[in-house]
Amino acid sequence: MSNKGVLITGGQSEMGPLAAAQMRLASFAPYRWFVAAIIWIADKLGLRGRSLVIAMPYLWLLVFFLLPFAIVFKLSFSEIAIAIPPYTPIVSWVDGIYLRLQLSFESYQLLFEDSLYIKAYLNSIKIATVSTLLTLLIGYPMAYGMVRAPKQWRTTLLMLVILPFWTSFLIRVYAWIGILKTKGLLNLLLMNLGIISEPLTILNTNVAVYIGIVYSYLPFMILPLYANLEKLDGSLLEAAADLGCGPFKAFWTITIPLSTAGIVAGCFLVFIPAVGEFVIPDLLGGSDTLMIGKTLWVEFFNNRDWPLASAVAVLLLLILIVPIVLFQKFQERANAQSA
Amino acid sequence: MKSEKHALKKWLVAGSTLLIMSAVQAADDNVVNVYNWSDYIDDEILTEFEAETGIKVVYDVFDSNDILETKLLAGSSGYDVVVPSAGFLARQIQAGVFQKLDMSKLDNYGNMWNVVNDQVARFGPLNDYSVNYMWGTTGIGYVEEQINERMPDAPVDSLALVFDPEITSKFADCGIFMLDAADELIPAALAYLGEDPNTKDKDVIAKAEAVLMGVRPYIQKFHSSEYINALSNGDICIAVGWSGDIFQARDRADEADNGVTIGYGVPKEGALMWFDQMAIPKDAPHADNAHTFINYMMRAEVIAKATNYVWYANGNKASQPMLDEELLGDTSVYPTEEMMTDMYIVTPYDPKTQRVVTRLWTRVKSGQ
Repeated sequence: MSNKGVLITGGQSEMGPLAAAQMRLASFAPYRWFVAAIIWIADKLGLRGRSLVIAMPYLWLLVFFLLPFAIVFKLSFSEIAIAIPPYTPIVSWVDGIYLRLQLSFESYQLLFEDSLYIKAYLNSIKIATVSTLLTLLIGYPMAYGMVRAPKQWRTTLLMLVILPFWTSFLIRVYAWIGILKTKGLLNLLLMNLGIISEPLTILNTNVAVYIGIVYSYLPFMILPLYANLEKLDGSLLEAAADLGCGPFKAFWTITIPLSTAGIVAGCFLVFIPAVGEFVIPDLLGGSDTLMIGKTLWVEFFNNRDWPLASAVAVLLLLILIVPIVLFQKFQERANAQSA
Repeated sequence: MKSEKHALKKWLVAGSTLLIMSAVQAADDNVVNVYNWSDYIDDEILTEFEAETGIKVVYDVFDSNDILETKLLAGSSGYDVVVPSAGFLARQIQAGVFQKLDMSKLDNYGNMWNVVNDQVARFGPLNDYSVNYMWGTTGIGYVEEQINERMPDAPVDSLALVFDPEITSKFADCGIFMLDAADELIPAALAYLGEDPNTKDKDVIAKAEAVLMGVRPYIQKFHSSEYINALSNGDICIAVGWSGDIFQARDRADEADNGVTIGYGVPKEGALMWFDQMAIPKDAPHADNAHTFINYMMRAEVIAKATNYVWYANGNKASQPMLDEELLGDTSVYPTEEMMTDMYIVTPYDPKTQRVVTRLWTRVKSGQ
């Protein structure tokens, strides 16, 4: 457990990211109603204690993940129609006696025929990968610096990392429009300093998207890294120094390998949401910024093509499942090692 | 454990009671839920309506017909009055979204202008279901200083400004926006080619792609509301947009006195004429209040106030004496009937053609 990525530190430093998320969930009112309802149903069914506790996460998964997914999956085999809702039913009665199941694969065909979608998937993965690496490059020194800071400062530094969450995500991304636009703060600053003579076009390009993602997801990289580095045994570094190892080499051969778990946790926490990101490319990106989250939105809202939007969502999920399963495997291995 | 479970149960009961109470209260509330375009009304009108009728207006905005249609076709949108454009409205009526207006509740209907009603009727039986709010043209807004600096003789009254790569490329560096509206830009590209903009022929529609792709590298963004601010701040120099929005940008720039002068060109190849219609969904929770609201908006002095504010023409004949003189005399706001014969409308596409249109548009937007 000790090597695992940890989200919240301090007194509860043994808490993993999942447990921390569950803590946050428990303070969420609809979740509490849901739990109360489940307890009531379980009570009626005669389920008690242990079995109830085990059944809970599965029920949660069933109601809030599998059922919605089944609906989306079903929708992806419909056809568009001008009606309420705007698609054809896949099951219908014919002559009052035959039950007809009509599955259209047109949406999936379109996904593979029109290169737009493949490009959008690949581009999302590219943008997410590059942003994750950039976040790691910026986040690691920050987390390291925080751990190395005098003890009385650490809580304050940690607070400073978390502080931006007190403002709405949307507003923070909007603020970047003001900074990055042609006559924005950044260009004014650079021009007044004489570094550039013509304003840079950053807003509405991929560069702005990278900046937005790195900025927004940086805390998700720093927090697990910080939690991990904080528990690093300092005596190992002292021993290395005693044996004549320079600080640079000690960092590469001791600190980095020991913080792998933190790096992996941080990277997944950034990569997975970044792949499906919609708000940042929509606000900061140009019209040629292809990302699958935005493509999905366009299909659903602009083109009113629910079946195609559902097919895109199904494929997106399949793509995201790979890193999630990898993450799970990695955690299990880390747990087994430290046990 | 037992007592904790008990506490949870109590919690649940209290919670659900609260929910039911708030639902009942919402139904009892004397409100009208209006969903209209962004930057499209003088807020004072809503305040005055509330003061006079005691009906509270819950006002929500959108910036594309597509978003509105998505919400309406999802069903139970909860809105009482919505304002789609005529082409979309015609299709939504087919889908069974709207209820017929109860004319006995609309005693101001006599104020409406037959010229606009006749135009709207070209889309289908729209006048049974809706009342015109505003109408206008889609044209080109530009920042005069930036245009003169780059090309003093630029054809600002022609679609060539945005569809001829040789001309358009000259302005790429100062920023060009286009509406994110497939059903307006594709017909405009066809008008530029001299084709029938209202065609439903897929092969003809396909010709628009080459025109749009030819200038695609020079377009910074496709967006249907950001251009008002972007133009007035001088962040961009050309926007294909809606007439009144560009006039609003012009006024904002004048007020800011920031050295930005905005002009509006009605394309000589033919301009798209659109009509935004107030209508009531079948499942509107407060249909009576919706009629009251629409009837109020048909009062000559009310709609005149709206037009004086948003600088769009309205479909209300009786309001014309109360309009700013400058506005009524401006043929880019109130075109003469002769000019209107040169303009075109776009009627709805059938679902298969619609998919061709949206797919083409998605390709253009993403530049792929």
